[in-house]
Amino acid sequence: MATEYALRMGDGKRIFLSKEKILEELEAGSADAADLGEIPTLSGNEIDKVAEILMMPGKTVSVEQGMEVPVTHDIGTLRIDGDQGNSGVGIPSSRLVGCMMHERAFGADTMELGHIDYSYKPVKPVISNECQAMEVCQQNMIVPLFYGAMPNMGLYYTPDGPFENPGDLMKAFKIQEAWDSMEHSAEHLTRDTIWIMQKLMASGSDGVNFDTIGAAGDGDFFGSLHAIEALRKEFPNIYIEAGMAGECVLGMHGELKYDGTTLAGLWPHQQAPLAAKAGASVFGPVCNTNTSKTSPWNLGRAVTFMKAAVKASTIPCHVDMGMGVGGIPMLETPPIDAVTRASKAMVEIAGVDGI
Amino acid sequence: MGMPISHIMASGMTGIRAAGDLVARMEFSKKMRIGEAKEYVAKKLGVESMDLSDEHVMRELREELDIGVITSVAGAAKGIAAKMNIEKLLDTKINSCDLFRKQIA
Repeated sequence: MATEYALRMGDGKRIFLSKEKILEELEAGSADAADLGEIPTLSGNEIDKVAEILMMPGKTVSVEQGMEVPVTHDIGTLRIDGDQGNSGVGIPSSRLVGCMMHERAFGADTMELGHIDYSYKPVKPVISNECQAMEVCQQNMIVPLFYGAMPNMGLYYTPDGPFENPGDLMKAFKIQEAWDSMEHSAEHLTRDTIWIMQKLMASGSDGVNFDTIGAAGDGDFFGSLHAIEALRKEFPNIYIEAGMAGECVLGMHGELKYDGTTLAGLWPHQQAPLAAKAGASVFGPVCNTNTSKTSPWNLGRAVTFMKAAVKASTIPCHVDMGMGVGGIPMLETPPIDAVTRASKAMVEIAGVDGI
Repeated sequence: MGMPISHIMASGMTGIRAAGDLVARMEFSKKMRIGEAKEYVAKKLGVESMDLSDEHVMRELREELDIGVITSVAGAAKGIAAKMNIEKLLDTKINSCDLFRKQIA
């Protein structure tokens, strides 16, 4: 009987696969990414290397010494004091305590301050509180400290926001009205993000993290790129991290362009140059995890997408590797064996500049 | 919580335990790719790139340069003070330090 290795499904469930099956799954995952993105598949050597990482006997694995990369953090301190809706562990603590714990106890390379709702729009009514927290944190922190939140353009649609829901309008065949609603929402998203970051830069923030750009489709990407462009112009030294929500920009609008490029349907290697053009310092590419597929399939696919993005990008790429992206299983407590294997493969095979 | 800590242990530069914050600053402030950022920081610190993730090398060096360590060494620079020393060391500007300078001018 062939030796079988303990691996995972995309939902985290343990499975056992032979070496032949692992190679087969890696090749299939890589081929899927190559087909969708029209990018090269991983070479035979690269497939072998990822397989070797997956078959390592230890529960945790790590990069070779000297190959370490900065690990940046999204969601700020919410993972400590936040509720389950934000995958937080609910430990009562101030945000300053959360930031300092990440810096001094966990060994974080950068940290982020975020609002409990973690979207830009709801920050507006409590901006003074956010500025106060940023000032106190900056006085005490040494690692780069960002302000971060989600562009979350969906909050600008009814019933949460002022513009009619484009989904409802499209169902009524009001296409032009749906487009108008998305364009108005994107304008407001750009305007709000700039205003919030003007206040936080005046309070000493190192920069801004756009977390999950494009979650509401191409309008969300459009509004975020324009906000990045304006912030770079106003603050030439601002640190800007542009992290995506998904591997493909959904064409909710379909006609929006940035720098002459249609945003709908772009894959990570096509998104990266636009983020750089807008003025981002670091780009965060994403590859979504398919819960019905194996970890070799998901990892082969994710590494293929990320390798192409790293190659196409002119700025550093910090691959998004939270729950359900970057080859990580989709659950709140992703198994550490799977996390560390994906982490190592992204650094050593895809060549990412950070995580 | 386990996921970010797993990444730090598997691939991270461990922040101010070593030189992860310094390499991250060069990626973000100058858009340097990982190899260039490590080379830049290593040159400024007078060490090899591999030493940037070595706690044994960096602990002593960080204390010597007064750029902040994880423990509360009495009298050592912390927070803004440590970042002002990092600015000089890396030849870069840090926004919170600029703000602090304006406030005491």
